Amino acid sequence: MFELLGIPPQVLFGQLLLGLINGSFYAVLSLGLAVIFGLLNIINFTHGAQYMLGAFGAWMLLNYLGVGYWWAVFIVPPIVGVTGIVLERLLIRRLYHLDHLYGLLLTFGMALIIVGFFRQFFGVSGLPYPPPPLLTGGHNLGFMYLPNSRAWVIFASLIVCLATWFIIEKTRLGAYLRAATENPTMVGAFGINVPLLVTLTYGFGVALAGFAGVLAAPIYAVNPNMGSDLIIVVFAVVVIGGMGSILGSILTGFGLGLIEGLTRVFYPEGSAVVIFVIMALVLLVKPAGLFGRSA
Amino acid sequence: MAIDTNPIAMAAITSVGTAGMPRHHLAIFAALLVFLIAAPFLLYPVFVMKVLCFALFACAFNLLLGFGGLLSFGHAAYFGMASYVSAHAAKVWGLTPELAIVAGTLVAAVLGLAIGSLAIRRHGIYFAMVTLAFAQMVYFFSLQAAFTGGEDGIQAVPRGYLFGLIDLRSSEVLYFFVLAIFFAGILLIYRIIHSPFGQVLKAIRENEPRAISLGYRVNRYKLALFVLSATLAGVAGATKAIVFQLASLTDVYWTMSGEVVLMTLLGGMGTVFGPIVGAAVIVTMQNYLATFGDWVTIGQGLIFVVAVLLFREGIVGVLAKWIRKPL
Repeated sequence: MFELLGIPPQVLFGQLLLGLINGSFYAVLSLGLAVIFGLLNIINFTHGAQYMLGAFGAWMLLNYLGVGYWWAVFIVPPIVGVTGIVLERLLIRRLYHLDHLYGLLLTFGMALIIVGFFRQFFGVSGLPYPPPPLLTGGHNLGFMYLPNSRAWVIFASLIVCLATWFIIEKTRLGAYLRAATENPTMVGAFGINVPLLVTLTYGFGVALAGFAGVLAAPIYAVNPNMGSDLIIVVFAVVVIGGMGSILGSILTGFGLGLIEGLTRVFYPEGSAVVIFVIMALVLLVKPAGLFGRSA
Repeated sequence: MAIDTNPIAMAAITSVGTAGMPRHHLAIFAALLVFLIAAPFLLYPVFVMKVLCFALFACAFNLLLGFGGLLSFGHAAYFGMASYVSAHAAKVWGLTPELAIVAGTLVAAVLGLAIGSLAIRRHGIYFAMVTLAFAQMVYFFSLQAAFTGGEDGIQAVPRGYLFGLIDLRSSEVLYFFVLAIFFAGILLIYRIIHSPFGQVLKAIRENEPRAISLGYRVNRYKLALFVLSATLAGVAGATKAIVFQLASLTDVYWTMSGEVVLMTLLGGMGTVFGPIVGAAVIVTMQNYLATFGDWVTIGQGLIFVVAVLLFREGIVGVLAKWIRKPL
């Protein structure tokens, strides 16, 4: 077996795989943020809490109703999306005429409330979610061992990301959405129900967060705080990528996950901050973000 | 892009100019001073000192948000890092409390310069995200660095002897030291707001392209304001470390950044006295609800939602509307 800079390949590929998993979550979450930001012009601070809701949704289905993981993958994201739609209709809608910073403050408050309730009723120690039989075990690829659960997360995130890209860039609904992002008044004049489009977009973005949460349930413990720190890293990912392009968000998410994994191999102490350091460098060199249009 | 601050409070800046304080501001400052001198005899001094530290923190934050229109979501970084440095200086280096606070403040200023010079490259929502991300980086640094004591923090920080002479172990004596720092801090902020520098900031906040076309180097003004705000937040954090004899991860975590936003929002963004009221309300709430665990977080979230939806002027902003005078 070859060695790279004294690091055995199992360790290297193992960490790269972990990085790719983190990257999957960054990609799906930053994609949701970008979709929401494109139309609503708010940064959805509740995104981390909604990711947590997805994981808890899967846990509750299993423990209260005995509904397994594969059903949860399809049932939970729409449910989380509907909770988002309710929040949009009741609260967020009232702020569109104000400065976008108020949207940030409102969604931050909503995140505190949601996370607070779950901490109060479920504690912070974390609840186990047993992976379904199909996801236990794994394959030996020769140079590394690939657990099924990890392979599934990467595969599922890629599919969802590409499907989102397809819907937005290639379908009629996506064309309306892109048009409404550019000029909502004009699109409304053509007879398209823009407020409905806005609501559905928020619901869709939130459902993406919920989907990421379901994926996270079997690999990380289900914990009320699981989204709080993650969302801040995702913010940095969004700043690095810029929110102008869907494919850009996906690439940035996976890429930064890989870089984080590499850092964990070669300089473990820096792995927690490497994304923030990259953000600082990007701000110096290309302030609008790698794929961003200058604001 | 400016966040809409109370129009009456804004009018104040134009009507006062740089000459002096309007009479009702003078009266409020005097009443505040009298109340705060009497406070340790009426209330628990450590509690009042806590309010004073957070009030100064919120006023420093409001300087940036209310008067510069810049929403930083990472002010815990300066507050917390200053608190660590001041605690370390007092405990390990054996500096006197005032020098420890100066050390913490200087570090906060340098940190503010470093983060601010990067963050002002983006506007609005991105600015908030960038400051939040950098603050999280400072948090991870504090978690791993040796001198911060990781999860334990720096405990049993000596209060020491002020100027090497006055024993601060008694909370009553320490209180007047903290009061002096607080009052100097808010008077300085008041002076900054009403200076020609403050006028330029107002112009930038209201119409940045126009300020640029008039020849102002907008980014320098923004950076200067950012550093001032970070420095004053540092004063508050450094003082808090001496008062509570503790510097911990709580002070650098993002929840702290959220709390200072909440205090300012609740009290009244862009008002002189609002953040003080907001800090008093939030700290009192935390004190009385401390035994209810996570209900404090839920309560804070509710206040956020209600304040943003129904109450954007804040407590002092509403009062200012009633008496038709800027506060």
